[in-house]
Amino acid sequence: MTAIEVRGLRKAYRGREVVSGIDLDVARGEVFALLGPNGAGKTTTTEILEGHRRRDGGEVRVLGADPGTAGSDWRARIGIVLQDADDAADLTVGEMVKHVAGFYAGPRAPAEVLALVGLTDRKDSRIRTLSGGQRRRLDVALGIVGRPELLFLDEPTTGFDPEARRNFWDLIRALAGEGTTILLTTHYLEEAEALADRLAVLAGGEIVAQGTPAALGGRASAGAKVSWRVDGVLRTEQVPDPTPLIRELVEAKTDLSTLTVTRPTLEDTYLALIGAHR
Amino acid sequence: MSTLTLGVSRGHVELIQFFRDRTALVFTFAFPGMLLLLFGTIFQDSYDQPGVSASHVFTASMIAYGILATAFVTMGAGLAMDREDGTLKRLHGTPISATSYILGKLFLVLVLSVAETVVLIAIGVFVFSMSLPDASHWLTFAWVFLLSVIACSLLGMAVSAIVKHARTAGAILNVPVVALQFISGVFIYPVTQLPSWLISVASIFPVKWMAQGFRSVFLPDGMRVNEAAGQWELGRVALVLGAWCVIALVLCLVTFRWTRPDR
Ligand SMILES: Nc1ncnc2c1ncn2[C@@H]1O[C@H](COP(=O)(O)OP(=O)(O)OP(=O)(O)O)[C@@H](O)[C@H]1O
Ligand SMILES: [Mg+2]
Repeated sequence: MTAIEVRGLRKAYRGREVVSGIDLDVARGEVFALLGPNGAGKTTTTEILEGHRRRDGGEVRVLGADPGTAGSDWRARIGIVLQDADDAADLTVGEMVKHVAGFYAGPRAPAEVLALVGLTDRKDSRIRTLSGGQRRRLDVALGIVGRPELLFLDEPTTGFDPEARRNFWDLIRALAGEGTTILLTTHYLEEAEALADRLAVLAGGEIVAQGTPAALGGRASAGAKVSWRVDGVLRTEQVPDPTPLIRELVEAKTDLSTLTVTRPTLEDTYLALIGAHR
Repeated sequence: MSTLTLGVSRGHVELIQFFRDRTALVFTFAFPGMLLLLFGTIFQDSYDQPGVSASHVFTASMIAYGILATAFVTMGAGLAMDREDGTLKRLHGTPISATSYILGKLFLVLVLSVAETVVLIAIGVFVFSMSLPDASHWLTFAWVFLLSVIACSLLGMAVSAIVKHARTAGAILNVPVVALQFISGVFIYPVTQLPSWLISVASIFPVKWMAQGFRSVFLPDGMRVNEAAGQWELGRVALVLGAWCVIALVLCLVTFRWTRPDR
C-alpha cells in the first residue's frame, strides 16, 4: 500500500518554476527523507502534500485522497509539523496541547505527548517564553497528538540540542515501529541516515537521486579509501573492496598502526550529487 | 467532536489569549470608555427634554462605537493576525472546521461586546446619573445589540480579506470606524446638523442605525425629534441591520481563505 503517490508534480511562483515534475512513492509504514539545498522546493512539495498549497500540475494521492480537496476526515489521519510556526504565543504549552488534542476522536493524552518531547517541566509556561528548540519540540508534540497515520516533519529538529535530537530520533523510531508513515525533510545528513528507510535528493526542482541511505547515488559500490603511513609518509589507495589490499599488507608485515579505511559518508555522496547538478 | 463543541473550545482559547494580551485589552476595551468620559464631561449642553443631558446621548450612541471596536476591529485584526502568525494554517492542518473557528471568534466578540457595553452603561449610570430604561426597552436593546454584533463581526471578517499585513490591520479597519461615527450621529449629535447628502450616505451603513437603536432604548421618547427622520424608525433599524448581516455573511463565505492567496 502506498501512503504518498506523486506523479509529475509542478509548482511555480509568479511564473518561476520551483518544482519541475517530480515523482515520489512512499509506502505505508516507511520513513522517507527529502533532502536538498535551501530553496530546493522541499517545503513547497511537503506543503502541497499537506493540502496547504495548490499545485500547478501533476497527480498527487495522499492516503488515497487528493490533498487539494480532501476534507476533515482526511486531515484527522495526518499530522503536520510545519517548518516554522509562531501561533498561540499567549497560551501555555499545556493549554495548547490539550486544545489541539480536543480536535481528534482518539488523541494521545496531552501529558504523554509532553513527556515524549521532553516538555513536561514547561507545561505551565507561556509559549512565547520557550526557547527556539523548545518551541520546535512543542510543534512536534502538536503534530503527533492526534495519532496520525502519516506524519509530515519539515525540518523538525532545527535548534534541538544533541540530547533532544537523540530523544527525537528515538521518538520517530517508536512511531515508525507502531506503523506510522513519516515524510521528513532535514539538512542533517546523519539524521536522514539514522532515521530514513529511503531518501530522495531534490535540487533545482527535480529529484536528482533516490534510494536507501546505504545505496544513494552509487554509495554502496563507491569503494573505499585505504591510507596508512610508511616511515611517516602517507600512502593512499582507492579500491573497490579493501579486503585483498589489507590482507596483502598484513602478510607483508607492514606496520598498520596508522591504517584508516574510509567509505564515502552520506554527506560526501550528497555534496557530490548537488555539485554535479550545479 | 461536534462543530459547536469545538467552536466553544476555540472561543475559550480566544478569550484566554485576548485577556493575556494587555495592549489589546487596554486599547480595544478602555478606549470607548475613555472617549465617553471625555465627551460626556466636555459637552454639557442640555436639551428641551427634562433630565436629559449630552452625556446621556453620548452614552447611548457610544455603545455603537463600543461594538464597532470590539466586534469589527477585533474580528478583522484578529483574523489578519491569525493568518499571519500561522494560527489558521495550524488549524487547517487538523480536522477542525472553518465554522468552528468562526464560531470561536464570534464567542470572543460577543463576550467582549457585552463587557464593553456594561462598562459604557456603568459610566452613564454612575458618572453621568443616567437612569436605566424599563423592561420593554431592554427587549429592543437585545435585538439591536445582537444584530449589531453579528453584522459588525462578519463585516470585520470580510474586510480582513483585503488586509495584507496584520500590522496595518488596525489602521485600515479604523478608517471606516472613525469616518462613519462622525456622519452617523455618534460624535456629532443631532445628526441633522450635517448636510442631507451626508446623512443619506450614513444611512447606507449600519452605524447610524445601531446608534439610533441604542438612543431609542436609553433616551426619553421625546428625543426622537432629534433623529434624521424625527422618528426612532425601529422597523428600519431592524431591516438595515438584518440586511447587513446577510450581506456580510455572503461576503465572508466568498472571501474566507485558510491560507494566503499567494500560496
Ligand atoms: N509563497 C511563495 N512565493 C514566492 N516564492 C516562494 C514562495 N514559497 C517559496 N518560494 C520560493 O520557492 C523556492 C523553494 O522554496 P521552498 O521553501 O520550497 O524551499 P526549501 O527546499 O524548503 O528550502 P529550505 O531548505 O530553505 O527550507 C525558493 O526559491 C523560494 O524562494
Ligand atoms: Mg523548507
